[in-house]
Amino acid sequence: MFSNNGFIILLTLLIALIASITPMPMGFDAFRPDWVLIALVYWCLALPSKVNIITAWVMGFILDVLLGSVLGVHACAMALSVYIIVDNFQKIRNFSIWQQALIIGVLSAQYHLVVFWLQRFLNDVVFLPNYLYPVITTIVLWPWVFLLLRRVRRHFRIK
Amino acid sequence: MNPIFNQGTSPAHRLILVLCCSVVLIFFDHKMSSFETVRGYLQTMVSPLQYFANAPKQIMNWASTNVVTRRQLMKENQDFRESELFFQEQAIQLSVVRSENERLRSLLSSPVRNEIKKMFAEILSVDSDPYSHQVVINRGANDGVYEGQPVLDEKGIVGQILHAGSSSSRVILISDISHAIPVRIQRNGLRLIASGSGQIDRLIHNFVPHSADVKEGDLLVTSGLGSKYPEGYPVARVVMVRTDESREFATIYSEPVAQIDRLRYLLLLSKEQPQNESKKQAINNTHSKKMTTTAGKS
Repeated sequence: MFSNNGFIILLTLLIALIASITPMPMGFDAFRPDWVLIALVYWCLALPSKVNIITAWVMGFILDVLLGSVLGVHACAMALSVYIIVDNFQKIRNFSIWQQALIIGVLSAQYHLVVFWLQRFLNDVVFLPNYLYPVITTIVLWPWVFLLLRRVRRHFRIK
Repeated sequence: MNPIFNQGTSPAHRLILVLCCSVVLIFFDHKMSSFETVRGYLQTMVSPLQYFANAPKQIMNWASTNVVTRRQLMKENQDFRESELFFQEQAIQLSVVRSENERLRSLLSSPVRNEIKKMFAEILSVDSDPYSHQVVINRGANDGVYEGQPVLDEKGIVGQILHAGSSSSRVILISDISHAIPVRIQRNGLRLIASGSGQIDRLIHNFVPHSADVKEGDLLVTSGLGSKYPEGYPVARVVMVRTDESREFATIYSEPVAQIDRLRYLLLLSKEQPQNESKKQAINNTHSKKMTTTAGKS
């Protein structure tokens, strides 16, 4: 993972982790995009030999510790979402950027629903529609993150 | 070069492996209380990330406190002086009342209340899971924080320590759905349990009979049962009592006294006593030991 400037991948994932816990103004808090999921999906599409389900699981695990949820909940959801990308990366790579954004939206919705179902199973939480607001921001954000990370990848020649 | 065909284990196998790991983790973390120490270590490991995420806010705060006008400062100073005078007066009264209370208690031969050691903490504003009500504070096991330690703000009880890392720890709030706290009504001493509802401004009281004397506006204070929270700190105020006879129990909701959505500075209470107090006790103990030895000799 660390050959050919691979540590840059780790750096972007770390920034994504920090971005997913930085404080935001009250109104925007519910709209926080799934930074870690977006970053993982990009690297899985671009370099599936470097970033795989295990990476996704570990990131989800760290997210669990950071967010204080039951260990394994976010890890499980993250691994499931990334599995779909890893299984179909050759197809999804050839889609246009907006089609990709929609797929990411579906993945993000799946991610949040899996997290909700597990929490419901463990703690009897109640569903609120604003648990799915991040899907919207994630869709809007994908093209920009895609272009940015592609530039990063080409600049540092990460292979 | 990127291989077209994946090498190594297939994604499906990896997924199965990872899902099994998750299930095991969820089971251990949710069911086994011994896993708490592991969570403490994990909390320690991620605390740099949390401090890092908190940095922008810290800088903003620093800037806003530095950019105040002289007039503002003078006004603030004036206010502080006034309130200090006010509190001093209260403290004088309190010391008289306390000594009187202690004397009465010793007359009644009931245990004298000990001083409680307190610690100041500040909230690290990092985001948490939307499904649970938790905050992260900037004190950890290095400062003497331990799991289950009660946490309060200037108004009342906020929650207790959930995981203690070495330099930061996680507080579970009383409004969390998995939290409950034993309380009593200050007016008549009726004991209730306040469970969190998952909503920031509501606690639920289950299993209260219709005949119970609860009124809207009653102040609920900690009852000291369960020995997690010390006795007598305000927790919540009753906002709704509905006695629908077709139901088995009365429906009672209350609102936390602490401003849970506007927390910044917190106070942690310790079980151990402050230094001078424990010394005094030690002296007392040696005295009583001497007494017993002399009594044994005679």
